[in-house]
Amino acid sequence: MTNINPENIFLSNSITSLEKHPSEDLPDTIVRIILFACALVSVLTTFGIVLIIFQVTFEFFQKISLAQFFLDTKWTPLFAEQHFGIWPLINGTFLTTTIAMMVAIPLGLSSAIYLSEYAPPQLAATLRPAVELLAGIPTVVYGYFALLFVTPLLRNIIPLEIFNALSAGLMMGVMITPTVGSISLDAIRSVPPSLREGAYALGITKLEAIFKVVLPAALSGITAAIVLGISRAVGETMTVLIAAGQQPKLTVNFAESVETMTAYMAQISGGDSPRGSLNFQTLYAVGAVLFLITLGLNIISHWVSNRFKEKYE
Amino acid sequence: MAYYHSKNRLDTKAEQQNNVVFDVEGVKVYYDGFLALLDVYLKIPEKQITAFIGPSGCGKSTLLRCFNRMNDLIPKAKVEGRLYYRDRNIYDPKINSVKLRRQVGMVFQRPNPFPKSIYENIAFGPRANGYKGNMDELVEDSLRRAAIWDEVKDKLKAKGTALSGGQQQRLCIARAIAMKPDVLLMDEPCSALDPISTRQVEELCLELKEQYTIIMVTHNMQQASRIADWTAFFNTEIDEHGKRRGKLVEFSPTEQMFSSPTTKEAEEYISGRFG
Amino acid sequence: MTTIEQRDNYPKSAAEFTENVEKREKIGKVFEILFLLGLLLGLFVLALLLFDVLRDGLGRFLMPGFLTETPSRFPDRGGIRPAIVSSILLGIIVILTTVPIGVGAALYLEEYAPKTWWTAIIEINISNLAGVPSIVYGLLGLGVFNYLLGFGPTLISGALTLSLLSLPVIIVTAREAIRAVPDSLRYASYGLGVTKWQTISHHVIPYAVPGILTGVIISVSRAIGDAASLIVVGAVAFLTFNPGLFNRFMALPIQIYSYITRPEPGFANAAAATIIVLIILVLALNGMAIYIRQRFYY
Repeated sequence: MTNINPENIFLSNSITSLEKHPSEDLPDTIVRIILFACALVSVLTTFGIVLIIFQVTFEFFQKISLAQFFLDTKWTPLFAEQHFGIWPLINGTFLTTTIAMMVAIPLGLSSAIYLSEYAPPQLAATLRPAVELLAGIPTVVYGYFALLFVTPLLRNIIPLEIFNALSAGLMMGVMITPTVGSISLDAIRSVPPSLREGAYALGITKLEAIFKVVLPAALSGITAAIVLGISRAVGETMTVLIAAGQQPKLTVNFAESVETMTAYMAQISGGDSPRGSLNFQTLYAVGAVLFLITLGLNIISHWVSNRFKEKYE
Repeated sequence: MAYYHSKNRLDTKAEQQNNVVFDVEGVKVYYDGFLALLDVYLKIPEKQITAFIGPSGCGKSTLLRCFNRMNDLIPKAKVEGRLYYRDRNIYDPKINSVKLRRQVGMVFQRPNPFPKSIYENIAFGPRANGYKGNMDELVEDSLRRAAIWDEVKDKLKAKGTALSGGQQQRLCIARAIAMKPDVLLMDEPCSALDPISTRQVEELCLELKEQYTIIMVTHNMQQASRIADWTAFFNTEIDEHGKRRGKLVEFSPTEQMFSSPTTKEAEEYISGRFG
Repeated sequence: MTTIEQRDNYPKSAAEFTENVEKREKIGKVFEILFLLGLLLGLFVLALLLFDVLRDGLGRFLMPGFLTETPSRFPDRGGIRPAIVSSILLGIIVILTTVPIGVGAALYLEEYAPKTWWTAIIEINISNLAGVPSIVYGLLGLGVFNYLLGFGPTLISGALTLSLLSLPVIIVTAREAIRAVPDSLRYASYGLGVTKWQTISHHVIPYAVPGILTGVIISVSRAIGDAASLIVVGAVAFLTFNPGLFNRFMALPIQIYSYITRPEPGFANAAAATIIVLIILVLALNGMAIYIRQRFYY
């Protein structure tokens, strides 16, 4: 056996030391197991959510029939005469969300279009901290603003109850605008320059290029942004808890007070319903509906944005 | 040392004159399911510079990466066959590839120093492998052997990435040498460098071969003719599906390769490039 | 507009097309202004909001003792110290739990995980979790930490709930940071005969630290501002002591909510003042994240 390199201090002067020794792999194997466990935490979290929510919801539906839940039009579990129809809560969520999107979509899209098509490139970078701040403000603050600034202000113009869907919806809209805006901005920016150049070469104006070429091309990404915004609005709690009210009802009158699913859940949690009681179980039943709705919206959003990626890759 | 009958006895001379460091026995490489490199039979002589030349896509870098099992890190690549490093088949499942790489070092095409100090760049490998000796001495020794000590001795704490391209590559060579390897694999080490740095690295290689066996992939034939003792010529061919794959065509002493190559393919390639 | 002389071989169509370009461009200009207004409106509302909060709350904020005393029944006396201490404790625990687990999960997914179906499931799972409303995380926390593990409505339950809430975002940002580490660095390290874990711990992680740190900071900032999940887990609206791990607890956003729900006039100012504290905290954290991003891009 020729000597490899007389200076090689790591060797025991024999090639057989190239062979694997069982204990050598141990550190790496241990690391791998630990890291895998970390990744499993996320799976366990989902399992936990699904299990706990649906277990208690199941108990709930032992007492309340599905028909009552889905066909009754009143939600009054805390009154003497109890009704368990979910629709008023869904209505509250739907109403506030709609108002929010009527703010977030125009503002978000306008911002995205302006920043990508008109603004000098530095502007987007300079504005980024301000936008991140807007997105980072805790939602209680928007609730405060809605109740104590927006509502009094608007009451000068139109008759509004103190708690109403409009103020809460408007502030939720402002809160979600950065989300809708930044995802739309990414989508618009991803449209290949060659597409725009082709349009301009035909001699159309910038505006026409935007509406007829760029936006349609970015449609999937923009749709994904909007769906994600809706999902966030549906799941939002504090703004509506503070400003929209706690009166579940079926109405499209945004000047009235309503209650959303999330606000009800917060209301029940803060109350004194003992565990195991029917009222407590309503918390989980409503939570289940909320979870399923947001899950569905998120899945749609991902599916839409994946279709978008396929197109341009 | 056992003898193995090779299919093409292109390397008898190498075997007769020197010890054999690597014996490639029918190694082929699949990439993404397709055969990318046809069976290679080759013996690499000890303490000599062997150059791999050929057009792009001919598999020379792929083969180089087999010698230290770096292909293991590329999920799409699959290696078959036997590759003997001094009588052990390194593709035997019992072999620990990490240990192999301590003895078979590599310098890459683009200099890739760590974003740490120059000192740390050199010290990292030995320290990670449990070196207990005097680190300062080891660092200085490695930098000297790589002919870069004088340029960096006053700034050992400076970031490795702050050096010029040629210096970075010599730093990478020093880093590889610090592990006191047996073999140095160099994958087009000068292709990202300017002519002066190239010349410096080439001269360095000529010094280094007294201590280390060097296998160098190069696209620059003049470079091979300048410094290599042995040259292996690879070429591409189109298979029955129309896909391109690489193959070893000829392995000869450099002088012979460049004056009167044995195969016609080699002759066409060399005269085409030179003339 | 001058007419274009019609020659026999001159294409008529060009003349027809050029007619209303100016009008179309005018409309374009109008829309450009509209889009700009859209952008500015959001920023304007933000400014209005901040101004209003300052106007209502600055006076109360500057009253001595606001940051250091415990709350009182009277709106213009006392302070919010328990809420501040709670939020800080919550933040620390969130960081201590989410960083190891989140970075660990990200490392597994980027460096070790084979491309099998169950790896894909883990990934889909994480991106879905990022979109689950925080109040639902409260339901999870209530079930697991309060009841199953028996911690009850205490600070540790709240902290762990917030940790679960923050985990998906940290995993996603950490993965991006790890993915951004160039492969040439890994190859250089492996080429020296160094094990996978040594390569990861000495090269990959240090390189990815700025990106990971930014993600952690932003996540913690969101966790500190969340109230919904804590309400479900049982945070109290009124606390007169600095809570320990196993006491009843509260947090700054809960304090704000509590002040808002009290009808007596001065409490609105107290709420605004607390908002100032919370916003300062959020600004400081986001500012740190921005600073790290600017300073440490290789």
